[in-house]
Amino acid sequence: MAIIRGFGLPAWGWRVPTDVQRMRSEMDRLFDHLSSGLSREPGAGVFPLTNVTEDPDNYYVRAELPGVKAEELDISVTGEGMSISGERKIPAEGEDAKYHRRERNAGKFNRMLSLPGHIDTDKVEASCTDGVLTVVLPKASAAKPKQISVKAGS
Amino acid sequence: MTEAEAKALEAKEKQEMAGTAEQTRPGVTFKPAVDIFETETGITLLADMPGVKATDLNIDLREDVLTLSGEVETPEAAGETEILREYRTGRYVRQFSLADTIDQSKIDAEVQDGVLRLVLPKAEKAVPRKIAVKAK
Repeated sequence: MAIIRGFGLPAWGWRVPTDVQRMRSEMDRLFDHLSSGLSREPGAGVFPLTNVTEDPDNYYVRAELPGVKAEELDISVTGEGMSISGERKIPAEGEDAKYHRRERNAGKFNRMLSLPGHIDTDKVEASCTDGVLTVVLPKASAAKPKQISVKAGS
Repeated sequence: MTEAEAKALEAKEKQEMAGTAEQTRPGVTFKPAVDIFETETGITLLADMPGVKATDLNIDLREDVLTLSGEVETPEAAGETEILREYRTGRYVRQFSLADTIDQSKIDAEVQDGVLRLVLPKAEKAVPRKIAVKAK
């Protein structure tokens, strides 16, 4: 019985994986957009873009909000996350103003962010200066790393 | 598009500047988004430069080229580790060439909440003057 092997791989083996791979990465991208908080797709992201960092005691959430005053921001926290909402307004400049360029946008925003650990909601502090919002969220004591001392056995 | 969709603000990544000259200091450089409009008396420029304080802003005008540059401090302290980074911080630089009709001695600059408002008044001879036409 002759076994025909062609180029060592069956022809369908070349095409199907590529199509499946492409579909799979499309689906992954779609699901990334639907998931909240820690999505890593800033190109299609929710305003404002945020950076989250931590040290042993706190989480820090920062966002760039030029032209938004502290009083116009609404920040609320739950045990595991927070939301930032408000409106960026661009004041009208008068009827005789003729625009050469218009690159800035105005509008409402509402962003939910989930954090990797629990936070102490009573001690959250937020400040907004020069158009940068900084929120300091102290970790709940259960979530802080605890040093365990190791006793030496004899 | 419904009312609600039309008013929601979308996130845009900051535009990085690919300059011809390299900056002497390392770090990324962004072009701030600007609105520029003109009235009878002058040109006003509004630039979004979050994180820039008035003291870190440099406005330079020479040979009819206006250069805006603002330094931004890295906001993260040394002991912080990154969990999520959706935007980078870096200095803002943008250049414009101006018509020579600007009265350079009367330029006014003001920064508030990370927005620079730069007013460039037109030189006297450039302000349009209405000429009354008499009918004979």
